[in-house]
Amino acid sequence: MSAVSDYRRREESVTMSSESAGMGETHELLTLNIGPHHPATHGVLRLIATLEGEVVRDIKPIIGYVHTGIEKTAEQKPYWKVIPVVERMDYLSYYFNAMAYCGAVETLLGIEVPPRAQYLRVLHLELNRIMSHLVWLGTSALDLGAMSMFWYCFRERETILDLFEMSSGQRMHTRYFQVGGVIEDIPVGFAQKVRQFIDAMPSRADQYADLLEKNEILLSRLRDTCVLDEQTLLGLGVTGPLLRAAGNPWDLRKAAPYSSYDHFDFKIPVGTVGDNYDRFRVRHAELYESTKIIGQALDGLPEGPHIVADRKVALPPRHELATSMEALIHHFKLVTEGFRVPEGECYYPIECPRGELGCFVRSDGSAKPARVHMRDPSFINLQAAAPMVKDAYIADLIATLAMVDPVLGGVDR
Amino acid sequence: MPDASGLDALVEQLDEVHAGSVLAASHANGRAEIQIAPASNVAVLQWLYGQGYSFLASLHGLDYYPHEPRLGVIYELLDMKQVDRVSVKARVTTDEPRIASVVGIWPGADFPERELYDMFGVQFDGHPDLRRILMPEDYEGHPQRRDFPVGGEPVLFTHNERDGYGADR
Repeated sequence: MSAVSDYRRREESVTMSSESAGMGETHELLTLNIGPHHPATHGVLRLIATLEGEVVRDIKPIIGYVHTGIEKTAEQKPYWKVIPVVERMDYLSYYFNAMAYCGAVETLLGIEVPPRAQYLRVLHLELNRIMSHLVWLGTSALDLGAMSMFWYCFRERETILDLFEMSSGQRMHTRYFQVGGVIEDIPVGFAQKVRQFIDAMPSRADQYADLLEKNEILLSRLRDTCVLDEQTLLGLGVTGPLLRAAGNPWDLRKAAPYSSYDHFDFKIPVGTVGDNYDRFRVRHAELYESTKIIGQALDGLPEGPHIVADRKVALPPRHELATSMEALIHHFKLVTEGFRVPEGECYYPIECPRGELGCFVRSDGSAKPARVHMRDPSFINLQAAAPMVKDAYIADLIATLAMVDPVLGGVDR
Repeated sequence: MPDASGLDALVEQLDEVHAGSVLAASHANGRAEIQIAPASNVAVLQWLYGQGYSFLASLHGLDYYPHEPRLGVIYELLDMKQVDRVSVKARVTTDEPRIASVVGIWPGADFPERELYDMFGVQFDGHPDLRRILMPEDYEGHPQRRDFPVGGEPVLFTHNERDGYGADR
């Protein structure tokens, strides 16, 4: 038998180990394939669901359809060329991917990031958080049948993408964060545009709530569905809004502040019972909190450099290249070989819109990382989907999947 | 992170309870790391769980090629109450890449252990469903190993099921 048909045969014979036999003459379990191409899976996620009538008894996620070997690719590139590669993992939170990676490399290098760069990072991270939550809210509401929410959410998302384009030249995968700071200072007029956005955002979020909170269909589909308690979630490694919805206020921005998060005054929204409604409310409330952080970051934006002065790590300013031989040499060395990082290992966790995003970097002393691993929250949180939807209706499976908010680019990497 | 003296105290206690389990301990870049014997991983992690490090933040692997033992399995543990992290590392050889599964302590170790098996070929004894997770089921080799070449690998498409690659492999 050839390798290919052998593969097809094995694929067809995927067994459901938890299937209970002996359902009697009138009942039997139905195994249903959902995906990988299905709009409600928010990406290329395939689920094998075992149904008893309309009730889900078990699901098995099958992933890897968009596995691109980013971690392997990262090992082939100098440190600074890895940034655009890791940004493409979780394609809705590219600033967070870059932040986790840069933070890990900076720790290994022992670099202190200038205060202005830290604030600019926070500003962009929180804009990104709002953007990510808006995509989640729009597509989730679409899954639940609320078409118009999608357009409203994407309207605000466009504003944020325009802001990203203004500060970095790109709408997505901006490569704005560098090892040691950010690539350049914010342009003239950017702060004013951000202020316009954060002035409008809370009332827009109110409008979303008005549209959804009084919608009987949405409420009955979310309330008291697919509850999972805090202890189970912790055992499964779940972090982020899903854990906070169950009442645990764990947020790395408060618990272990990085990049000056301790300078800002914000609250951590938590839920009470941990059902789908709490998951929805927690993320919705985070829209307001992120807006508050952005305002404070703009108000308190310190003066000073936007990147470290260490020329062994950061590129020299463009104008120096015409006059300084030393700057030209540094530029040449950085662009051709890249900087070297002392031997060591580092795990740098940050709070991404979906939970703890940890970047593990091992350096062997050369100009290329010996290992880059991303602990992506989507990958870990997806494990909680099966216990959540067990013994729930298949319609709730779709709602729960939307509330888990896995980004398949991050799951498969 | 426990500071250097806190790590020493932790390692001392650990060595009393499970003698011979600790191979080395290091404190660098603000990260406390305990290297343990792979045979005692479940006992050590269970003990650390009892000490408050009850959240498995991350489980990942790496390849120390050309140094032996080549494969590393790293458990990043987190104490949410004290906001304290400790890394536990076990190194296994490529000849016998076996280590006990920790799914019994943390059900969330399921996917990461499958990923490690997929990418590095580490066998987790006691894992309920140890299959490849990101690579195709019929894939040969473990691509994250450092001696695994990059590129030049034939891709499986439906149209070359009939002829060409894969037909008579």
